[in-house]
Amino acid sequence: MPTFFEKKQLVTPGELLAEGDYIAGENTYKEGNKIYASRIGLVDCDNKNVNIVALRAFYVPKIGDIVIGTVVEVGFNGWTVDIESPYTALLRASDVLSRPFKPQNDELSQVLNAGDLIVAKIASYDRAHDPQLTVGEPGLGKITRGQIMKVTPTKIPRVIGRKGSMISMIKQETGCQIILGLNGVILVTGKNLEDEELALLAIRKIEEESHTSGLTDRITQLLKEEKSKREEKKNE
Amino acid sequence: MSEKPEKLIDKKGLRLDGRKIDELRPVKIEVGVLSNADGSAYIEHGKNKILAAVFGPREMHPKHLSLPDRMVLRCRYHMAPFSVQERKSPAPSRREVELSKVIREALEPAVFVEYYPRSGIDIFVEVLQADGGTRCASITAAALAIADAGIPMRDLVVACAAGKIDDKVVLDLMDTEDKVGVADVPVAFMPNLNAVTLLQMDGILTPDEFESAVNLAIEGCKKIYALQKEALKTKYMNTKEEVEE
Repeated sequence: MPTFFEKKQLVTPGELLAEGDYIAGENTYKEGNKIYASRIGLVDCDNKNVNIVALRAFYVPKIGDIVIGTVVEVGFNGWTVDIESPYTALLRASDVLSRPFKPQNDELSQVLNAGDLIVAKIASYDRAHDPQLTVGEPGLGKITRGQIMKVTPTKIPRVIGRKGSMISMIKQETGCQIILGLNGVILVTGKNLEDEELALLAIRKIEEESHTSGLTDRITQLLKEEKSKREEKKNE
Repeated sequence: MSEKPEKLIDKKGLRLDGRKIDELRPVKIEVGVLSNADGSAYIEHGKNKILAAVFGPREMHPKHLSLPDRMVLRCRYHMAPFSVQERKSPAPSRREVELSKVIREALEPAVFVEYYPRSGIDIFVEVLQADGGTRCASITAAALAIADAGIPMRDLVVACAAGKIDDKVVLDLMDTEDKVGVADVPVAFMPNLNAVTLLQMDGILTPDEFESAVNLAIEGCKKIYALQKEALKTKYMNTKEEVEE
């Protein structure tokens, strides 16, 4: 049962990865007893499970995911929301109003209009239906302030870090609130513009250097250096 | 190139551009050349210069074209008006419509279309300069653009032609050889799965000649595949190097 790769090797679609009693994990597929790559990425084998961390992918909705989307259309009884995925999501009016929706009483465009950004959760999705969103939980709903940044969805786990170590460190160092949409959209809200920019700088660095080891430490250092630089400028 | 050359292979066994009978034209490939597309690739295959761009997977428009059980592939092969000697009308010709279909069907077996039902991807192939064998170079570039867009694939698709000129089976015909020669056999191939996704023949060949032409074309495909893989890796190599840092 040989494998044909080294740990963290860069592979292209179609490359033969392993032969024999292996399980095809993420971004791989099995044909007969051979495992092939299906996306460009870095391979890893963990206990018979062959996985690829894709370097390029798009967001596929999953129930329970928190996403950040843009309202693109106001409909008769809800909104159409672009969530940076092959499928556009729907948000029902009754979900937002938290009471039965009557078209004669409520003007939907006054609640949410085209162009508005929202934080929402995927309430339902399957192969046959477009995803439906919900905002009926604390922390969800229309975004009123902050800055938006987009990264490849596969890099979101890297921004979170092991058990949330990376993201909590950035929050602590910059004093910003950060909401990670699993569709690759990130919302940063801070007390002032400088704090927000600092957080964005750190995230951009993570995006560029994802998959490196010891990244959390380097980001901590970067943030501290940047902070002291900015302090100096203020004092001058 | 107004006068027809008498002989396509000289006494030394070399062709008009000095190639041996089983030699490819120089190939240069680059991935990720367009920032607005989800995936893109550029190929120079001899004098052919071709750009391929991929958008999606995204919602199909018009919506009634989407399928409930699979993703729809759409392809547009287009030749720029300045891509050939005599100005070509920019309106899609019969030939371009056919090639769009042929390229789409050569790529479809490689894409996991059943993963993302009701969505669609658009492939745009723009020929900036043509010199014979554009369908093959287009398939090679389009496959890379799909991989660059992060769309899951069974394998990359690579294409190459073989043909017959002056009673000899040769690899990778250029424009004059195609026009003056006896036959042209383009082949698209998935190297790792060892499967042919496109096989056409224009001209007359005996069964034996046909077989050797197909085998020669597949050999050519394998050579181009090495370059194709290299090009795709080069774009993502930066990320890889940081890993080793």
